[in-house]
Parts: sequence; structure tokens; C-alpha cells
Amino acid sequence: MINYFKLAYRNLGRHRRRSLLSGLALAMGTALLMFLAAFFQGEMRSAMESTLRLNSGHIQVRDADYDPDKLSVAWDYLIEDPEQVSAQIEALDQVDVATPRLFASGIITAQNDSVGVQIMGIDPASRANDPYRHLVSGEFLMADDREGILIGYPLAQNLALNVGDQINLLVNTSDGTVDEQLFTVRGIYTTGTTAYDKGIVFLPLKKAQAFSGAGNRASMIFVLLKDREQAEFVAEAIPSQNFKVETWRELNSLLVLVNDFSNAYLTVINLIVLGITVTVIVNTMLMSVFERTREIGILSAIGMKGRQIIAMFLAEASLLALGGVTVGSLAGWALSAYFGKVGIYFGDLGLSADMLLEDRIYTYLTLESAINLIVTAFVFTLIASLYPARMASRMEPVEALHSAQ
Amino acid sequence: MEVAKLTDVTRIYKIGEVETRALNGVSLTIESGEFTSLVGPSGSGKTTLLQLIGCLDQPTSGKVIIAGKETTGLSRNQRADLRKGTIGFVFQFFALIPTLTAYENIEMPLLLNGKTAAQRKQRVMDLLSAVGMTDRANNRPDQLSGGQQQRVAVARALATDPKLILADEPTANLDTENGEQVMEIMKKLNKETGTTFVFATHDPRVIKYASRVVTLHDGLIEKDSKVNGK
Repeated sequence: MINYFKLAYRNLGRHRRRSLLSGLALAMGTALLMFLAAFFQGEMRSAMESTLRLNSGHIQVRDADYDPDKLSVAWDYLIEDPEQVSAQIEALDQVDVATPRLFASGIITAQNDSVGVQIMGIDPASRANDPYRHLVSGEFLMADDREGILIGYPLAQNLALNVGDQINLLVNTSDGTVDEQLFTVRGIYTTGTTAYDKGIVFLPLKKAQAFSGAGNRASMIFVLLKDREQAEFVAEAIPSQNFKVETWRELNSLLVLVNDFSNAYLTVINLIVLGITVTVIVNTMLMSVFERTREIGILSAIGMKGRQIIAMFLAEASLLALGGVTVGSLAGWALSAYFGKVGIYFGDLGLSADMLLEDRIYTYLTLESAINLIVTAFVFTLIASLYPARMASRMEPVEALHSAQ
Repeated sequence: MEVAKLTDVTRIYKIGEVETRALNGVSLTIESGEFTSLVGPSGSGKTTLLQLIGCLDQPTSGKVIIAGKETTGLSRNQRADLRKGTIGFVFQFFALIPTLTAYENIEMPLLLNGKTAAQRKQRVMDLLSAVGMTDRANNRPDQLSGGQQQRVAVARALATDPKLILADEPTANLDTENGEQVMEIMKKLNKETGTTFVFATHDPRVIKYASRVVTLHDGLIEKDSKVNGK
């Protein structure tokens, strides 16, 4: 049997620089696409994790009439005896942690500056609040603290606040009036998401309830599951009488949509970039066919069939693709691995709580997307190379021999 | 025994609106073991006739029978199949594959014919020896002189032990000494193996070796004579 790859290797070696440049074009295309895939996946992963971890959780249980946009602490909209409801939910096997949270709107005044904030009353002991324990300075809240407040790093910078400083906090209360009190900054936290940290302050749940007049009530039960894919199943298991139970998919419909759309977007980019790089390969192959017209005529004259000529050119395309895709994949993987560790700093992108992004995006490459890309690039190259290969195979030997003389 | 038989063969080339009648009702029979020269001025139809005998081209009308097989209407692949076992070619330009060594060039038709590695090796070594190129087996064409390249081309044409070898101006690009050497080799192989050779040429150095000279003029056979070649 003819060793097509040996022939292909030697044929590619005739014009080393040209073959190298063609392979390099494919390598760069593959590396770029792999990095882009890792970037998009990292971005969506970050958005999903940040949004779920900081904002929506996997399931939220709220009063049937509660409107999360209004942050009302009127009793009619709150869940009564939330610790007991949380404990019942947490008893479900699939639930990792469930904790009550109370939201209220307020205004912080410090050193003649005022900023509107969202006040979140939390149970400091709950593991669900671990994302807020990353402190730039100071310490986390204690459950029985009645004067301490936890503020975000960007807010502290805006208002030039340090641990131990005092602020005046004004809150809209449950009876429709306002109340205010001096609090001491106990700690300054960072979640790595400026959009979140600049607008949310924490009080212990008991203090928040007392301060806003909510009594023993909470705005929601925040639930994290052991496996978020179980959300719909668990939501059905939670007694929904008087409660509205929503899963992370319902709470983040925009994010889910963007995530799905990003895959389609990435596919379009893949097709465009691969289309361009494969054009370079096809161009190289076409030049090769035209330059070797006489040889094709000779091979045909000594009995080489059309399919064998196709195989000879496809072997060349395979070697180019193998080299280009291998080098490109390694480069793309190395880039993705590097930026997966150090991240790419974007700062505050000003996104809403519907889609939170960390200030630093860490690339994330899945094996599946890497393999998909490698196979696509390889197959794309081979399919595109069929055109010059078929052109070569259809040459009449007499014409091919004549054209060279 | 007839190796090739052409009956009333016409070949018309059409370029745009212009028709060129390269062969005009030629009938010719080549017998086994002949050493035939097709001679005539440029444009007389020598190369066209050779290409039709070699199944590289097809006639506009008429019948071409090679090794007892009617070739009219054969597909491109069927013609390739017929060529690879039956016909060997030697071209005017030194038609070797530049990326392959002398050994590999001779081996290529054997690969296309599905010969085993042992069969290929034996055959290639025998042929290299027959054309006096054993010591250049691993050289690529660009490391060989014109004469050496043409000797390798002759060896390649003989590789599959074909019934018929067609040579188009085989000495045109060779100096006198190398041209003589190549012709001596082909004549020797013709005598020893009985392989049929047909040349298209107007080189007197080739014609003097022929046992039959077919003269063409304006697409017609003007003269067909047996001669006492060298």
C-alpha cells in the first residue's frame, strides 16, 4: 500500500516556509478560538457562580406577595418565624444550607456624604454567608452585635471609611416611616464583585429585624443545594402554601438566556475564524496542485487512480492540520491555563444584580469544548481540502502532462 | 501477437471555434516485440498517436484495442487500471517525482500494482542493475544527471513488466553520449525481455535503433517500413 503520509511529508517539505506559515495560520486560529472559548466559559461560569452565590442562591422561598424590587419590610410581605421555615427546608436531603435574610432600603451618611444602600440582615453563623467573610480589614459580624455593620470595600473607599469609623444609617421601616441609628464599621468585605460590594451592607438578622420593625420576620429563605440541578425537584418538595418558591433558573432567566446565547455566539465566531484559516490552507493546497500538475499527470500515466490522488492531497492536508491544530491547541491550552490562574482584570463592569461578574475573569477551558474545537478544526480543514484534491484527481493525464511542457 | 491495434482513428482537438485534426483516420497494428519509431515533423500527430496507444487520451472516432481490450468508452479509472499493468511510459522531460529517490520512483508503479515489499525490493534492485543505477538508488532526481534520470525513468517504465513501453522523444533533452546509453539500454531490454517499444521521435539516433519506422504527415501515415535497426 502506498504510504500517503510519507509522500505528504516530503511534498510539504518542498516549500517548508509556505507549509510552516499555513500550519501557523491554523495554529493561531485554533489557539485564538481555544482561548476565546475559555474566556467565554470563564465569564459565564463566573457570572453564574457569582450571581447564584451572592444574589439568587439555588432556591428562594418568599411570601407569595413579596416584590423583591421594592425591598418592603411591611409585615404582609414577609415570612413569619423564618428560622423554623429554614430548619424545615434544611432538613431536606438535597439541601446544603437554608438561611433567612431580610432586605431593607437605607441611606448611609458619613462625613457629609450620603449613599443609598441595600441593607441585608443575615444570620452570621450560616455557611450561606461565607462569600462575605473575605475581609479587607476588621472582623465579621457576631449574631448578638447591636451596633456593628459590615460594608463593602468600594463603598468604604467612596466614603473614606475605615474599621471603627461611625456611620449614620437611615432605614425605611415596616410601618412606612424611617428610623436612623449610628453604627460602627466592624469589617470591610470584598466578594471580588464591585457591582455587588458597592451597594450592600450587612447587619445581623436580629438587629436588622429590630431596626426595621420587621419583628421575627424575613424577606426570604435563601437556599443552597448540594447539586443545583436538583432545584426543580426540591422546589416541588417545599410546601408552597402562602409561599412563592422559585428556582435559580426562574430567578436568573436573563443569565440562563445569555449563557445559551453565548454558546451560539461562540459557534459563529468559530466558523468565521476557522473559515479564514482554512482558506489559507486551501490556498496552499491549490498552489501545490497547480505547481504539481505535471507530476499529477505522470502519476496518473503510471496508473494512479483519482481516489489515490485525492488521498495523497488529503494526507498533506491532514499533516498540516495535525501540526497546526496540535501547536494551536497547546498554545491555546497554555494561554487558558495561565489566565485561568492569574485572571484578566476588568474592574467594575457596572452590571446589575441579574448578572454579577467578578472584577477579574478567570478563563476556564473544559475538555469537551477543547475536543470539540480540535475535531472541528481538523474536519473543517479536511473538508475544505477536498476541493483542491478533487481538482487534482479530475485532471486528464494528457492535459496535465501537456501543461507542463 | 498484436499488442496494440488502431482502426480508422481520428482525433480532433477543439480550441474555441477552431478545430485541429491531429489524426485523420489512422490504422496501425503494433506486434509484440517490435521496436517501432513514429517519425515525422512537428504537428504530424506522433505524440497524439502515442497518447492514444497509451490510453492517456481517447479518439474522437475509431477504435483502439490495447492488449486485446477495447479502450473506447473506458472511464478515467478504468484507463488508469489498464495503463498500470500493461503500459510503461518514458517522457521527453525527465518525468520523475522529485520528492522520491531513484529507488522509490521505480517502486511507485509496483506499489500501485499491489506488489509485496519483498517483490518490490527484488524487482527494483534488478531494474536498477539493468540500467546501471544501483549505486544511485538513494539519490533524488535533483542529484542525478539528465541521462541518469532518463535511465531511472526507463527502469520505472519497465517495473510492472508491461507488454508495451511508449517513449515520447526520450533522447530530446540528452547529449549524444547519454542519448546513446539510454537507447542501448532500451534496445538491450527489448532483445532480452521481448518488451515492445514504441517511440515518437525525429532524432536520427533513435531511428537508427528501430526495427520498424512509421512516418506520419498531417495526421496520416505516410510510410510504414520494416528496417534493420542497430
